[in-house]
Amino acid sequence: MEFFVQLIITGTVIGSIYALLALGFTLIYKATDVVNFAQGELLMVGAYICLHLTVSYSVPFWASFLITLVFSFTMGFFIEKVFLRRMIGEPIISIIMLTIGLSSVMKAIVQIFWGTDTRTYPQVFSQEPFLIAGLSISRVYIYSIAAVAVFLILFSIFFKKSKVGVAMRAVASDQQAALSMGIDVKRIFALSWGIAAVVSAVGGIFLGNINGINTTLSHFGLKVFPVVILGGLDSIVGAIVGGLIIGILENLAGGYIDPLIGGGAKEIFPYVVMIAVLMIKPYGLFGTKAVEKV
Amino acid sequence: MSYVNCGNFKTSYEKDAELFQTKLSRFLIYAFITALFAVPFFLGDYLLYVMNLIFIAVIGAVGLNILTGFTGLISLGQGAFMGVGAYAAGYLSVTYGLPFFLAIPAAGLITAVFGAFFGIPSLRLKGLYLSIATLAAQFIIEFGFIRLEFITGGVTGLSIDYASFLGYEIDSDFSFYFLALVLCIIMTLAGVNMMRTRAGRAFLSIRDNYIAAEAMGINLFRYKLTSFAISSFYAGVAGSLWAYYTSIITPENFTIGVSIQYLSMIIIGGLGSILGSIFGAVFIVILPEVLQSFSDWAGGYYPNLTQIIGSIKEGVFGLVIILFLMFEPEGMVRRWRLIKAYWKLWPFSY
Repeated sequence: MEFFVQLIITGTVIGSIYALLALGFTLIYKATDVVNFAQGELLMVGAYICLHLTVSYSVPFWASFLITLVFSFTMGFFIEKVFLRRMIGEPIISIIMLTIGLSSVMKAIVQIFWGTDTRTYPQVFSQEPFLIAGLSISRVYIYSIAAVAVFLILFSIFFKKSKVGVAMRAVASDQQAALSMGIDVKRIFALSWGIAAVVSAVGGIFLGNINGINTTLSHFGLKVFPVVILGGLDSIVGAIVGGLIIGILENLAGGYIDPLIGGGAKEIFPYVVMIAVLMIKPYGLFGTKAVEKV
Repeated sequence: MSYVNCGNFKTSYEKDAELFQTKLSRFLIYAFITALFAVPFFLGDYLLYVMNLIFIAVIGAVGLNILTGFTGLISLGQGAFMGVGAYAAGYLSVTYGLPFFLAIPAAGLITAVFGAFFGIPSLRLKGLYLSIATLAAQFIIEFGFIRLEFITGGVTGLSIDYASFLGYEIDSDFSFYFLALVLCIIMTLAGVNMMRTRAGRAFLSIRDNYIAAEAMGINLFRYKLTSFAISSFYAGVAGSLWAYYTSIITPENFTIGVSIQYLSMIIIGGLGSILGSIFGAVFIVILPEVLQSFSDWAGGYYPNLTQIIGSIKEGVFGLVIILFLMFEPEGMVRRWRLIKAYWKLWPFSY
């Protein structure tokens, strides 16, 4: 039982990071119709920048966290402006390949600057675990779940209340109508990339605090697909729910199936789930069904 | 001297579908193939190695282009399918002692069955969703390579004997060159011809507008699966060639990265063009080799360079894809057509 609960907790932590990544992915997909294969690299770059500031320039953690968010926003903003802007209206394979190209460029840049060794964050959160109902839970887990929750709440307020947030939702639901209402669609496109980079960077920083970082962090970007397919590609609620479900399922598979077959189930299980979802309910739990007209 | 009209004056479908439009182009193709058979006698081992890689890549790229370029179904699983071919050939030749000229087609067929199976989602899914489904196929098959140890040998890999033909062992770059070249020519020719058949035209119509295609009596189910099967057959042949070339088959040669490489070949070469697949394969195979020799040369001046060359290769690879997509989205084959059109009218270009 205790083993089960531990798996659920780890799953929730990882799942909340998936949820952040998927949130970024969904934002970009909703607003700009771009499928982002470089989401994991956005996460990785964020994690490395924060680590570099904290370790090499001894910036306090909270400050480097904020600087990283600003940096990530700018990076996402300009990626859209420079690369994706030209691709509007191109076939889907070109857009997929462009983001794949971006991902290998970003990975290469990170490797050239920081090498491929695993690096660990300095002790930011105290080592002493929380004791909740007889279970010891590592402090960083609690903090990352809390931070993710705070970010998700902040974003839902942002989308409901702020002018820019409402404009983004308008663009997502109908580009033409938004354009005719005087919304600067181009700016919204760039903004959604910026925000997507920010949420990914938050995920990356917490992930780095849990496991340390190396360039395999970018594999997280591919895990985002099962999440968004399960949740529905264009649903923000779906991204969050899907992230948690996939995170927990993955850990349960790792805990119970891995010992039987000798490892690897954890990596593969999300994709098996995804295939099943694609066959049964291709638009996911909360996605809108695409209607095709001749 | 044969000439071409500077316009399209063909009066029958047969004329329009001819493989060689003029005697000159027929002659040039024959000359090129003869030259390909002659060059290995003048090349060193390293260049032969690069050429062999190119032949294998051309087969794989033509296969992927049939699926993605002609039929419009995006696949991120080409690497895994090549792996299926390699392991199938390896298993057949190790366990049943099949000679290579039986093992390679058999591996192709096995891969075709695999491909058709993983193509089944394509009946419901399109575009983005399909590419994600093939991504899952890639990971699941990769997992199979590692876990199904009684077939694949797991992470340590499966070692197979070199191909041998009439008692002559094909174990050097030089002898393998001819095997790869012959297979490459056969497969490319088959690809070009396939596009002139009913199936080929059906593929194109599915790509351009699948609803219209269905309305005109094209069985989507059948032709989409056919396309997957044919494309996987090519991947299987390329994979089994790779197996005979390296004589050891390990899972890390068939990762998602390989799938991406093949996609980039057809993007850079030109989607929906056999010639484009060839250009793309040549380009993507040569690119890292050029970077490597540059680093070997510059490494004397900047010792750090040799440590990061792997990363530089990956970065340049990504950059090349991005630049092509931004500035030449139709690929190298468009440049080639422009050059040809220029010489057609030369020196009276107006």
